[in-house]
Amino acid sequence: MYDNQSHPYPFRMRRVITASFWVVGLLSLASMILIFVPQASAQNPTPTPAISDDQVNAIAKEMYCPVCENTPLDVCPTQACAEWRELIREKLAEGWSEAQIKQYFVDRFGDRVLATPPARGLNWLVYVFPPIAILLGVFLLYSAFRAWRRSAPPPAQASPPAVGSTLNGDEYVRRLEEELRKR
Amino acid sequence: MSEVITESTQEVTVRSRPRWGRILAWGGLAILLALLFFGLLRTQSGGKRIGAPAPEFTLTTFDGQTYRLKELRGKVVVVNFWASWCKPCEQEADELETAWRYYQPRGDVLFLGVAWTDTDKKSLEYLQKFGITYPNGPDLGTRMAQAYRITGVPETYIIDRDGKLAYFKLSPFLSVEEIKSAIDPLLED
Repeated sequence: MYDNQSHPYPFRMRRVITASFWVVGLLSLASMILIFVPQASAQNPTPTPAISDDQVNAIAKEMYCPVCENTPLDVCPTQACAEWRELIREKLAEGWSEAQIKQYFVDRFGDRVLATPPARGLNWLVYVFPPIAILLGVFLLYSAFRAWRRSAPPPAQASPPAVGSTLNGDEYVRRLEEELRKR
Repeated sequence: MSEVITESTQEVTVRSRPRWGRILAWGGLAILLALLFFGLLRTQSGGKRIGAPAPEFTLTTFDGQTYRLKELRGKVVVVNFWASWCKPCEQEADELETAWRYYQPRGDVLFLGVAWTDTDKKSLEYLQKFGITYPNGPDLGTRMAQAYRITGVPETYIIDRDGKLAYFKLSPFLSVEEIKSAIDPLLED
């Protein structure tokens, strides 16, 4: 028979209480799994670092979208440029370096996306022509100054001041008028 | 007498400048002008002359298939430039897909979509959104766009069976009939 002295509840009652504890325990465990596991599975695979706009724009300001010429990518308001900036953000989040990102854009969209074109092919002219033009200009100026100095009258002739020059001038004017009269 | 004065002045000028310096200066100027001339010539000339051979291209689609124009002789090729951010492109998306489904069973008309300055993710979203089934791919390096001198999107170029440019439109198609009226004459011969 039942030993009601050692146990406060009868055997059937004890089984019910034990079963209740199990049910409550299992339900609690299930609730905890439902609450915490989905979050963990969403976070674990690819923890994406937050990439700031400044980080994106640091690269974007050195690039141009072919759609909106002459507007740097970091300030371009079009949707196309916004998508490009978003792509930069994604690549940065994946751990790509600035050089890798720029190369990716060059491969996809051509050299024209770069603010400073790479020195190859006809692009060399961009780097070579300005220094050559400056050197040429300096040389021409130098030549011109030298020529002017040579063609200037010697100081001895220039020193007798206004009289000679006035006379020369008058002589020139007189001849000029004479020529004009002939015509 | 005045001639004497002029001559002497010229003589002084000529003597004062070294000849090779002048040659260098004029030569540099000539080279610069030549570069400008050919640059402008290149900008002005393009693939938009009806009857001229269409610029060759190689298009690798989003699913990895490669199409080369020179290998498509005997087919009428419809090349449509578009972008996911382009609203006018959306206007003609349904028309192009309908036209493609109309011509596809014939086998002698090929539609090719070229995503211009677009990101792959957005391009694929666009294709899915409009249910586009004809081959589409990115314009890598914007080489096709440069070859066809496109000025924006959408633009459509239709190339005849001999590889010559037969038709182009620099704005969206307004109806399927409009697309058919551009393609059908090329299938008659």
